[in-house]
Amino acid sequence: MNPAPAASTSHGVVRLEIPAVAEWVAVARLAVAAVASRQRFSVDEIEDVKLAVAEACTNAIQHGTPDGSISIVCEVSDEGLVLTVRDRGQGPPLGAVEEERIGEGGRTEELGVFLIRALMDCVEYTSDVRDGTQLVMTKRVSG
Amino acid sequence: MDIKVNVRESEGDAYVVDLTGEIDVYTSPKVKDAITELIDKEHYNLVINLEKVRYIDSTGLGVLIGGLKRVREHGGSVNLVCTNPQIKKIFDITGLVKIFGIFDDEQSAMKALA
Repeated sequence: MNPAPAASTSHGVVRLEIPAVAEWVAVARLAVAAVASRQRFSVDEIEDVKLAVAEACTNAIQHGTPDGSISIVCEVSDEGLVLTVRDRGQGPPLGAVEEERIGEGGRTEELGVFLIRALMDCVEYTSDVRDGTQLVMTKRVSG
Repeated sequence: MDIKVNVRESEGDAYVVDLTGEIDVYTSPKVKDAITELIDKEHYNLVINLEKVRYIDSTGLGVLIGGLKRVREHGGSVNLVCTNPQIKKIFDITGLVKIFGIFDDEQSAMKALA
């Protein structure tokens, strides 16, 4: 996995907060897709970003968040898009998931983690009792 | 955003589940209910048509995997019809192409059940 990009010029930050409820995940992914479409991402790359943010939100919903909300921050820069998905809950340890386990019918959350790691260029995860769970995902513009 | 589910009987004992829309954490329970109902009625050979599905996430994949595991316990199978490159890519990167039969059209998916 490649390291996060070095400091780059930020062109704006979009903040969104959604209820931690399944029906709101579509709103998150459509909003993030709209932000991503302002950059030089291909259609496929925008689909990758949509799926990654949806998986992060689904993780937050499935593991519960005490204040019932999920925060999504999209930071646009020359080099790409940095998405930070944060909730107040204790998420699962996002370790590496082996493809063989998925083939055997791994749990949905493992599939979600696998997809996030496969579709995004850089993924950083922190979780603790005091601050909750934070997932920072970077997608670089390839073109 | 919604998912439309249509179940129809096909050749022999096989059933086809046509899905239209987006399969995510909100809509996947509806897909799961349709598949579970078929299996509960002892229909173990299924074709799930994803041609009109624009989006699928891990919860949708989980429903398909769960259905496949259940029908296999009874000697059945689940074949998928999928032509959307983005959705095919999801099956590719998760390795699920190895456990599902994935076909470009319903006729081929039905033929492979036999």
